[in-house]
Formats: sequence, C-alpha cells, structure tokens
Amino acid sequence: MARSTYKQILLLTVCVIGVQLAATAADKTQYLTQLTMAGYYSMVIIGLSLLMGYTGQISLGHAGFFAIGGYTSAFLTTYNLLPHQDAPIVSLLARTGVLMAGKDLYDADILVVQPWAACIAAVLVTLVVAYVIGRPVLKLKGHYLAMATLGFGTIVYKMVLGTSLVGAADGLSDIPAFQLLPGLSVSGKSSVRIQNYYIAWGLVIVGTTLLLNLIHSRVGRALRAIHGAEDAANAMGVDTASFKLRIFVVSAVYAALGGAFLTHFNGGIGPSEASIMKSVHYVAIVAIGGMANLWGALTMGVALNFLSLRGYFGSHDDSVFGLILVAVMLFAPEGIGSTGAPERIRAWIKRLGAREEPAP
Amino acid sequence: MNIELFCQYLIAGLTYGTIYAIVAIGFNIIYNTTGIINFAQGEFVMLGGMLAVTLDVFFPLPLSIAGAVIITMLLGALIEICFIRWLKSPSVLRMVMITIGLSIIIKAAALAIWGEGVKSLPYFTGTAVTVISMGDVHVSPQVLWVIGVSGLIVALLSFFFNHTLLGRQMRACASNIDAARLCGIDAKNMVTLSFILSAGIGALAGCVVCPITYVQYDSGTNLAIKGFTVAILGGLGNSTAAIAAGLMLGILESLSIWILPTAFKDVIAITILLLILFVRPSGIFGNAEAARLKEF
Amino acid sequence: MNQLEVSGLNKRFGGLQAVGNVGFSVPQGAIKALIGPNGAGKTTLFNLVSGVLKPDSGTITFQGAEIQSRLPYQVARLGIARTFQHIRLFPKMSALENIMVGRHVHSRAGFVSGMLSLPWTRREESAIRSRSLEIMDFLGIVDLADSEATSLAYGQQRIVELGRALACEPKLLLLDEPAAGLNMRETAEMAKLIGRIRATGVTILLVEHDMALVMNISDEIVVLSYGEKIADDQPLAIQKNPEVIRVYLGENDA
Repeated sequence: MARSTYKQILLLTVCVIGVQLAATAADKTQYLTQLTMAGYYSMVIIGLSLLMGYTGQISLGHAGFFAIGGYTSAFLTTYNLLPHQDAPIVSLLARTGVLMAGKDLYDADILVVQPWAACIAAVLVTLVVAYVIGRPVLKLKGHYLAMATLGFGTIVYKMVLGTSLVGAADGLSDIPAFQLLPGLSVSGKSSVRIQNYYIAWGLVIVGTTLLLNLIHSRVGRALRAIHGAEDAANAMGVDTASFKLRIFVVSAVYAALGGAFLTHFNGGIGPSEASIMKSVHYVAIVAIGGMANLWGALTMGVALNFLSLRGYFGSHDDSVFGLILVAVMLFAPEGIGSTGAPERIRAWIKRLGAREEPAP
Repeated sequence: MNIELFCQYLIAGLTYGTIYAIVAIGFNIIYNTTGIINFAQGEFVMLGGMLAVTLDVFFPLPLSIAGAVIITMLLGALIEICFIRWLKSPSVLRMVMITIGLSIIIKAAALAIWGEGVKSLPYFTGTAVTVISMGDVHVSPQVLWVIGVSGLIVALLSFFFNHTLLGRQMRACASNIDAARLCGIDAKNMVTLSFILSAGIGALAGCVVCPITYVQYDSGTNLAIKGFTVAILGGLGNSTAAIAAGLMLGILESLSIWILPTAFKDVIAITILLLILFVRPSGIFGNAEAARLKEF
Repeated sequence: MNQLEVSGLNKRFGGLQAVGNVGFSVPQGAIKALIGPNGAGKTTLFNLVSGVLKPDSGTITFQGAEIQSRLPYQVARLGIARTFQHIRLFPKMSALENIMVGRHVHSRAGFVSGMLSLPWTRREESAIRSRSLEIMDFLGIVDLADSEATSLAYGQQRIVELGRALACEPKLLLLDEPAAGLNMRETAEMAKLIGRIRATGVTILLVEHDMALVMNISDEIVVLSYGEKIADDQPLAIQKNPEVIRVYLGENDA
C-alpha cells in the first residue's frame, strides 16, 4: 500500500469509529441506521467514481447493477424450493450445504438458498451481465454511451417492475439475515444496529482500500492514460478496450455487493432501487464530489444520502438533487473539490495552529 | 387475429410513432445546431399538454393550445439563455448532466404545480366516443388530428429550413459554425432559436396527443427515451429519416402486444436502441460519413 | 535483414486514394525517412504500420510476421513504438508518469494483484520507475520528471514523448515529424538524440519535413507523392532525383 493510502484509510477508519461513538454518546443511535444505508450506497459511488473519473466512462445505469445484486440475493433467499426438493438440481444444492431451512411469514416451512451462497451468486450474475453488456457498450462514446447505459438501467427497472416472480411493483420482502460469522449478521434488527454499522463501513473501508491500491498501481496509471489520450495509450501497448471493460465490471460488482448487503439489512428490496432517478443520483454525487476524486465522492455520497434518507429534503428530494447537480455542473464542473475549498479550509486550519511569530 | 384488429393496432402504432418522430425531430434540431442532446426534450412535450389543460379552464381550446406552445417556447429560450449560452466548450458529460438536471427540476416543478394526477384535454373534434369508421376499422378523429398536425409541423419545418433565410442560417450553423459566423450569422441567436423551435414543436405534439394518452408530470421521460431511440434509429441529425424511424418504432411497439406482456412494451424501444447503438450507431438510414454532415 | 517490409499497400478514403500500391523495406538498425509534400500520405502510412488503420490491401511484415491486421496495442507489444505528429502526452500526469506508461508492455501487475498491492507489484513499480528515470537521463530530461507533462515547453514535450516511446524498448521506432515546431537548436539536439538512439540498436522510420535533418541523419529515404512512392534511395541520390525535384519544386526549376 502506498503510504498516502495508508494514512487516508486510517483517517477514514478513525472517522467511522468516531461517528459511531459520538452517536452512541448523544443517544442518537438511530442515525446509525441511515449511515449504514448510506455506507452501502457508497459502494456504488466509489466504484462509479473510479469508472467515471479515471476512465471517463459515463454510466447512467449503475442502479441496474445495484438492483441485480440486491434482487438476486433477495430472490434466492426467499424463493421456496421445498415443492421442488426432489428435483436433481435442488437435491445437489442441498447436499453441498448451500440451502437452508426456514420459516416464511405464515410460519410454514420453506427451503431457500443460504445468504452467503446467494451473495456469491449475485456477484457472479453481475459479473456475467456486466461483461456481456460492457463489451458493446464501452465501444460507444459521449452521448451514445450515456444513452446505452441509460437504456440498460431502464431495461433492468422495467423487468423487475413487470415480473411477478420478483414481486413486481411490491418487490421482495421478508429477506432473512445474512450471517457472516457466528454472532455477526447483516440484518435490520435494532439490537445489532451498531454491529451492522461496522459491517457496512468495514465493507466500504476494504472496498476503498482496494480501489486506492488499484489507482496507485500500474493499472491505475494505464486507466489515467486511457482517459487522457486513449489512442496514445493504445500505441503504448495498453489494451484499452479490455481495461475499460474490466473497470466497468469492477464497478458493477461493487454496486451489486452494496445491493446484496443492503437488501439483507433492509429485509427487502423494491423496483425503485433500479430506477433511473437512482442512477442519476449516483452520477450526480460523483460529479459533485469531483470526478476523479474518490474521497470527494464518498463524502458527498454519505452527506447527501444521509440527509435524503433522514428526510431532510422532504418530498423535494428529487428537486434538491436536480438543483445541486445543475448548480455544480454550471459553476464547478470538476466537482466541489476543484473550487479550491478543501485547500482553503486546510490552509485556514494550518493558520489556526500556527504559533505567533515574534516581530523581527 | 383478423385484418380489422391488425389495422386497429397499426393505426395506434402510427399515432404513437408520429409523436415519437416529432420528439426525435426536436432532438435533432438542437443537436444539429449545438451538438447537445437535450435530455429535457420530453419535458417540453409534457409541459405543452399540462399548460394547455390549465389554460383550457379560462380560454377556448385553440387559444389554450397556442398559449401553451408559446409559454413552452419561452421556457426553451430561457433554458438556453440561462444554462447553455455562456458555457465555453463544455464536455459531453457536463452537458448530459445539466440537461438531465434540468429535466429533473422541470418534473419536480410540474409535480408541485399540477400534482400527481393524470390530466387530459378535451378531444379537438367530437368526444371520447366519436369514431370515424372505415369499414370495420374504427378510429378516433383525434388520431387524424395527431397525424395531421404532425404532418403540418414537418411540412412547415421543411419549408422553414429550406426556403427561408433564417432557416438556412440555422442550417449553416449546423454545418460549420465558424464559417457561419464569418458570414455574419449570429450563431448565439441561432442556438436560442433551435431551443425555441424544439420546445414549440414538442409542446404542440404534447397538446395534440394529450386527449388520447393523457399527461402526467413524469410522462416526459418515457417519451424522451423513445424519441431518442427514433433519432438514433434514423441517424442522429437526420429528421427525414426520423419520421420513417418513428413510424416503424410505433408500429413495432403496437404489434408487440401480441407476443409480449404489456408491461414489457417499453422494453421494445430500449432494446432496439441498444441494438442500434451496438451494431450501427449511425442509424439504419445514416451512413457514418453522412452522420457527420448533420443536415436536417 | 529487413526489419520492416511494406508491400502493395493500399488505403482509400472515399474518393481519395491516400496510399496507392506503396512498397519499401527498412533494414535493421537503419534510419529511414519518409518524405513528401503535404497530403502525400505519410501519416496515413504511419497509421497503417502502427495498426491505427487497416489497409484495403497489401501486407506489412515486421520481423517476418504479417502485422497489417493487428490492433495498435498488439503492434506495440511486438516491438514497434511511435510518437505522434501532434504531441499526444497524457495530461494531468507528470513527465515521469507518462514515460512509465511506456513500460506497460514490459510489466505484468494486473487488476487483482494491483488491488491487493502484492509485494511483487511494488517491486515491479520500483523497477518501472527507475528504468523510466534512466531513460529520462539518457535523453537529458531528468529534471523534468515531476513536472506536469502538458505544462512543459513544446520542445521538452517532444522529448518526453520520445522517452515514452523508448520506454517500450522497441525494436522499431516510428517518429512522426519529430522536429515539427522545433527551432534550429532544438532540431539539432533532436538529430543528436535520434543518432544516439540508433546507436543502441533501434531501427528508426521517421516522417519529416525538415530537409536538413532528413538528409543529415537518414541512411535511406522514401519519397511519396499523392499516395504513391516515387523514389526510394540514399540521400544524395534523392537530392538529384528529377522526379523528386519536380514534385517539391514544380516544373520550371527542374
């Protein structure tokens, strides 16, 4: 790990712990619920920040990947296989320990896939979809790329909205808890609120570390080269199509993991998670935080999502996002980070800490 | 499935297809003059319908429609002047984000002003149950209004771009903005004009189709996607092809009800969009070099 | 041994035959120049060799293998590197980082190993960095290492781009108008650099308009006009070639 990465991750960890302690001390642990959700949404945002910032690819369909991850997890952990338990596939799965018994809403016995297996399946499905969609889509540029990703996101939305197997407009609910380790589960129960806060932010911390490492590696340099002058990067031996595709897939998997985990935390998922508005929210947050600025995007993401989830924007959620997006794009297209505000704040803090110099 | 039912579906497809084509032409006009894809194009259509419904309470129908179109055109000009005009060589992403942001704001404003409910204009001639019958095929007169008004729009635009000085000036800007400026054409105003035109035809289309399809604060998005699909299908910038492409999409969608559940009808347009983008982004009627010429 | 052989190469753009039945070879270790009036097809030829364009017909053979249908990054991996007529450095990256990208074909760290920051990738990064600095030293631009590449003076940017191409450790170096925009002193420096690069065993094919430079350093010269080859000879013979003189200066002064 680069030393700067080390320091930044340490700072993030300290902040995460600090916020939790502060919330507990102020007896506002319910804030942790929204912060946990904001954390899972951040998984989408950091992946998207890498995609948009370092390779310059717009994706207006990333909510689609979030939904694919979430819905796959949700479906597999709630679809009752008991009526099919004699089918060869089902008995094979049962023997490999991938299935588990449970009870549904009416206390009847059901047989479903274990959450950890469902999560792996969610990632695999996303990998495949991202590869298949990514190859043709990433050959496009500019508006065409934006529209193609928008189209992809809309297809996912329409499909989950229109398929009764995944609950159509109602979505899926009654999702079981996702046990990571004995005693550590992803679930929405208020008794494990603090645990879940750390699970979410632990995932974000690990995810961010991996991405930062990537940025500072040979691959990161190649990605920046692709963004800067794709033809020259090609001439230097960088297989630009392959790199763009792989980054797209990585960002899709991050989104899917966020989706899968959040589904278990919320206990359910609905079509709105796949909507275009969600995709626009994600892109807006990355644009506002500063395209190639992972930390900017993360900070903005947490701030805006938290405020939105706590209802501070009320029913004007969409207009607030729209206004912020237009304002930032008009006046600070490189993101808020580029207005010099962070530097000015840092300089101001430095001046506060400087000692008085004696007059010469 | 008999021939009458088939004709019924065909006519429905033609009706919707015409509207998609008008939205596509709106995209093309702005794209041709500025290279920008205006994601808020669908909102112009929605506003046309909404404004007309409100004005209809106070004024006779023709006046309300005229008023709605004029107000929307003014809004188009306002958008261009406030948000687009002073940008210096913005990147594609920036423009996409700004127009998407504007579309969100307009939708939110529409929600605040008119609420969530669907609204509709009265039928221009007759009522909801009036039909014109051709044999066993029954068609609402509004359909003829839609096709007629759209045809008029296309004819007027064609005349404007080919036979008026202003229209030719706009085409000059579309072709080569620097050369146009050197000829003394005020490119800035041409850009504003393109927004005004797109807003106007969008609003008019919104009014004429409103009695059939109703209008809701968020009806713009769907139309924008389909309109964009049609624009790409015909070759971005090529409005004559957009008409054919629009009709094709409308009919395909309409006939798809045979095979697919209705919930998936919208997926047709998007799938076509993706297929075209993947296989032949210059559109079925365009070729790669002509696409760069960007003529109306 | 001929490192590069071009044979029967054709490329048409719409109504324009940009390259028409062009054939020549570049011997190993030689410096060969490609000259001709503007629009003669020189950059098109470069783009064909480096894989940016596909010929309509004809073959390009590099070290015995046909490469005309290869993609640019594949051509780079085979050992052909190039510079660009209009400088294409990576913006928002330092001069050193630009050159480090040139080491891409000689390094392996990938997505997974990069994300995990495995120890061997860090060692590889060190090696990439030191080799790139060596190249900068060879070209005399080490002090520019941390400057943002596109903020450098034009002449310096040209040398950085040269360094980036050298970082690929190419067997064949394609230089597209390396002296374009350089003043006399800078051109002389460039000529010296090119000579030193050739001395390390790299074959060089260059496109250039500066006749003094071309005549000075080239072993052989190919002359193109309207997409066709009109001469392929040593510098002195080219200077006396009536066809060449006619193409450059017109009929009256022949």
